[in-house]
Amino acid sequence: MSKLPEMISKHQEAIRADWLKQMSGAVRRADLMSNEEIDSQSRELLTTIASGAKSGGITNLDGPAWTPAREALAAISASRAKQGFTTSETAIFVLSLKQPLFAMVRKELAASPDAVFDEIWKATLLLDNLALITADAFQTTREKFIARQQEELMELSTPVVKLWDGILALPIIGTLDSARTQVVMESLLQAVVQTNSRFAIIDITGVPTVDTLVAQHLLKTITAARLMGAECIISGVRPQIAQTIVHLGIDLANVITKAKLADAFALALQRTGKTVVAMDSGNAKKTLFKKEE
Amino acid sequence: MKSVKQETVLLTTSGDVVVARQKVRQWAMEMKFTLVDQTKLVTAASELARNALDHGKGGQMVIEHVENSIRNGLKLVFEDRGPGIPDIEAALRDGFTTAGGMGLGLGGSKRLVNDFQIESEPGKGTRITVVRWK
Ligand SMILES: Nc1ncnc2c1ncn2[C@@H]1O[C@H](COP(=O)(O)OP(=O)(O)O)[C@@H](O)[C@H]1O
Ligand SMILES: [Mg+2]
Repeated sequence: MSKLPEMISKHQEAIRADWLKQMSGAVRRADLMSNEEIDSQSRELLTTIASGAKSGGITNLDGPAWTPAREALAAISASRAKQGFTTSETAIFVLSLKQPLFAMVRKELAASPDAVFDEIWKATLLLDNLALITADAFQTTREKFIARQQEELMELSTPVVKLWDGILALPIIGTLDSARTQVVMESLLQAVVQTNSRFAIIDITGVPTVDTLVAQHLLKTITAARLMGAECIISGVRPQIAQTIVHLGIDLANVITKAKLADAFALALQRTGKTVVAMDSGNAKKTLFKKEE
Repeated sequence: MKSVKQETVLLTTSGDVVVARQKVRQWAMEMKFTLVDQTKLVTAASELARNALDHGKGGQMVIEHVENSIRNGLKLVFEDRGPGIPDIEAALRDGFTTAGGMGLGLGGSKRLVNDFQIESEPGKGTRITVVRWK
């Protein structure tokens, strides 16, 4: 039988004081967490570990006796994931309990070196297990957090920009296969009507994947814009995207595509009877855009 | 074919399709596939994951780094317990759709990978296995 549970319970406050004292800068990250916070986290964690060990033993941490400790670790991981700690910083927070725990074992069992070794070994296993639980919980929180950020990114409204008289641009950033696509496309069509534009440039540089669903949304928008008298130009078609579109068998023969937004803009200007000319150095009076004669 | 490592992504919401794509992109990058090959894999995954979700009523993707005696590959298995595909040959035909899509997802993803296999039983579900070799 291990004496650890009893020792942890009995010396909880001393262990905690030692733990806080030794907590190094890297673990503590005073820039991310206040003293009160670390104080309450360490107290809660040690209390739940003590009670888990006392009623559930220290070899299996899956049982109900350890539920409060597991929950405390999950809560600590969650708050740290949001505060910007790394996985290892969070795991080290738990692992840094080793030193005070070992010191306590050595002091309590000073008379019996064998027992010291035995209990230190058990304490190591216990803390490694707790650190693993922490790392898992941290990972889960991070994944949820990232998924939410992605969702928010998907919801970001994409602005329709007026580049020139009669020329609109819609730079799309993020996933294009969600419900937001509909909203984005509708706002483009509305802007076409409001500004009486003849050209709408849809820039997909910021769209990571163009699959058949994205292509279908784009094609529908292009068709609708045409019905309203506006021509769409797709820009930002990267080489790897172009290849994939061909393999998918998507027919873009009736769509004007350009590699760069600037090329699309130049084309639209030209088609609306304007042209881009270079400014003569030394002659500031010349304009950048001039009406084609 | 030997398995080096594998991971499962559940496909129950539209957000899961995003996660599936990101996982495939990440693995393909780690395995040092070229940018074009990464894009092909991610796009095929996007098509098949969305099919499993939209037509198959949800399922999962298993992503696996495999190797044989000469090369490494990224293998993706999409599984659902949906209605199944009654006529696989028809479903593979470009333009065939029962849901108002473009009907290019199956045929297209087949062209984006090296190995492509469909197993489907009406009423039981569908399993599609693809591999792209390096
Ligand atoms: N996992 C699946 N379960 C059931 N039916 C499917 C599945 N995947 C594809 N199908 C069928 O095959 C058809 C063609 O699929 P696809 O080429 O991806 O085109 P789309 O998804 O645009 O309809 C679908 O319309 C559907 O009827
Ligand atoms: Mg499809």
